[in-house]
Amino acid sequence: MKIDEETVARIAVLARLEPTPEQIGRFARQFQDIIGYMNGLNTVDTAQVEPMYSPSENMSVMREDVCRKDHNRKDILANAPRHDEQYFIVPRII
Amino acid sequence: MKENSICATRDLIQKKRIKVSEVLNNCLEIISRTEPKIGALLSVQEEQSRTLAMEMDRKGPDSEKPLWGIPLTIKDVICTKDAPTTCGSRILGNFTPCYDATLVSRLRRAGAIILGKTNMDEFAMGSSTENSAMQQTRNPWDLTRVPGGSSGGSAASTAAGQALGSIGTDTGGSIRQPASFCGVTGLKPTYGRVSRFGLVAFGSSLDQAGPIACNAADCAALLNVISGHDPLDSTSADLPVPDYAGSLALRNDLKGLKVGLPEQYWEGGMSPEVDSVCRAALEQIRSAGAETVQVQLPHSPHAVAAYYIIAMAEASSNLARYDGVRYGVRDDTARELPDMYCKTRSLALGEEVQRRIMIGTYVLSAGYYDAYYKKAAQVRRLIYHDFVQAFDACHLLCSPVVPFTAFHLGEKIEDPLQMYLMDIFTASLNLAGLPGMTIPAGLGRETGMPVGIQLMGPAFSEKLILQTAHVLEPYLPSLPRPAALNE
Repeated sequence: MKIDEETVARIAVLARLEPTPEQIGRFARQFQDIIGYMNGLNTVDTAQVEPMYSPSENMSVMREDVCRKDHNRKDILANAPRHDEQYFIVPRII
Repeated sequence: MKENSICATRDLIQKKRIKVSEVLNNCLEIISRTEPKIGALLSVQEEQSRTLAMEMDRKGPDSEKPLWGIPLTIKDVICTKDAPTTCGSRILGNFTPCYDATLVSRLRRAGAIILGKTNMDEFAMGSSTENSAMQQTRNPWDLTRVPGGSSGGSAASTAAGQALGSIGTDTGGSIRQPASFCGVTGLKPTYGRVSRFGLVAFGSSLDQAGPIACNAADCAALLNVISGHDPLDSTSADLPVPDYAGSLALRNDLKGLKVGLPEQYWEGGMSPEVDSVCRAALEQIRSAGAETVQVQLPHSPHAVAAYYIIAMAEASSNLARYDGVRYGVRDDTARELPDMYCKTRSLALGEEVQRRIMIGTYVLSAGYYDAYYKKAAQVRRLIYHDFVQAFDACHLLCSPVVPFTAFHLGEKIEDPLQMYLMDIFTASLNLAGLPGMTIPAGLGRETGMPVGIQLMGPAFSEKLILQTAHVLEPYLPSLPRPAALNE
């Protein structure tokens, strides 16, 4: 399938990115190459092959559900671009 | 470089023949001399390190602490309490974690001094360190060439002797490839061997931290400390940690060892100089007593495609957290929240990172998930089975690390696909979660640049890999001081 500029613009919205028109043009050409290369996997017969999503399969790690305090609010907030010493502050949501 | 090794320095400190402050001053002096040339470090914790060294000298050496007084650097993708951790990205340009990664706490507890943080491709996405948003790192062997990547700062810094070793990370070859380009030793452990807690995530099912150092013994000393189960990382393996360093003395030759040579790698289009150095190394492996056998990894031609689909898919999910809310940079011009997300990410993430997030988003999107992500995960299992079958016929595998030596700055940066294809001999191992190590094998005849050779083993076979590397070292040509640092 062809990756055109329209496709790139649509992916950008999903990825919360705003590429410039020039970047969209460049990405379309590069994605065509890269995804075209990835399409090579279609030559591999994978019928009946179970996907492998991680090298550590079937690991379900349980622990007691206990409260812990590892960090102080002040330390966590210190890295936030905006806060009021209690909460993260963000622009208008609705 | 041996006299600057972790093991030799540790012994001198323990015998009180040298002070921790002297070791540290030597590193700081090398940094001031070499850093203007190679640009390997994003930050140097000079004051804290000096204070710590003086305190250690006052107390005297603690023989219980295996890295007492050893200055190390850490790739800037690994969290260090109260020291910047930028991941080579503008979006984390002002980020200072309030905690240490588990591997960093383990190093500190063992007596190591965290002297600096090393440059890298932004979020570990790249093979040349040219994708760093901060600065250009140059290869200590030739300042017009790249150090490799993404742990290029760690490899260049170690090659220059700025610290006695470094911790890098490897998602598709990012420890082994720069180690090969800079003529140092680097080990990617088995997935789960080293805790990923505090390692800023790129591809969560592929990422693994490991040592970059001057030789196998130093890698073993570092791996001894950073390995082990961590309740804070549910994928870390709850298995005993062998004494890697102590086990090196148990083997003096390679008699009885069967080394498999994957045909697809050896016939995989190396440059003539890499081919000749690697084949000479094979002769030495045989001289040391090992038997070599040809093996097949039939699905390896598909590894790069499968790797990039999976790595980009995982990256697109992991990097969704950079939204300008909890840490990092924010674009303050937006008046509404969704607009702030888009503007912040477009402003502060580099182009390669955006490219990977977008392709990752594409391969996970409705209608394409099965064709790309699921398909790649199926090919991943086939690649894993190839390795399992190969290890039925041999104990370890040996191959080149990269098809060529370090290339020139700017040479490949315009063509992302060509850059990705460089991972041809390294990415399979991350898909399978297995350990692999780069050992310097000599200098290329045409470029005069270092060439490494790769040893790969079954899951949790680091002990055998390190022992084999340790036996091989005296058989391989020892490298001189990196050429570009001589004048």
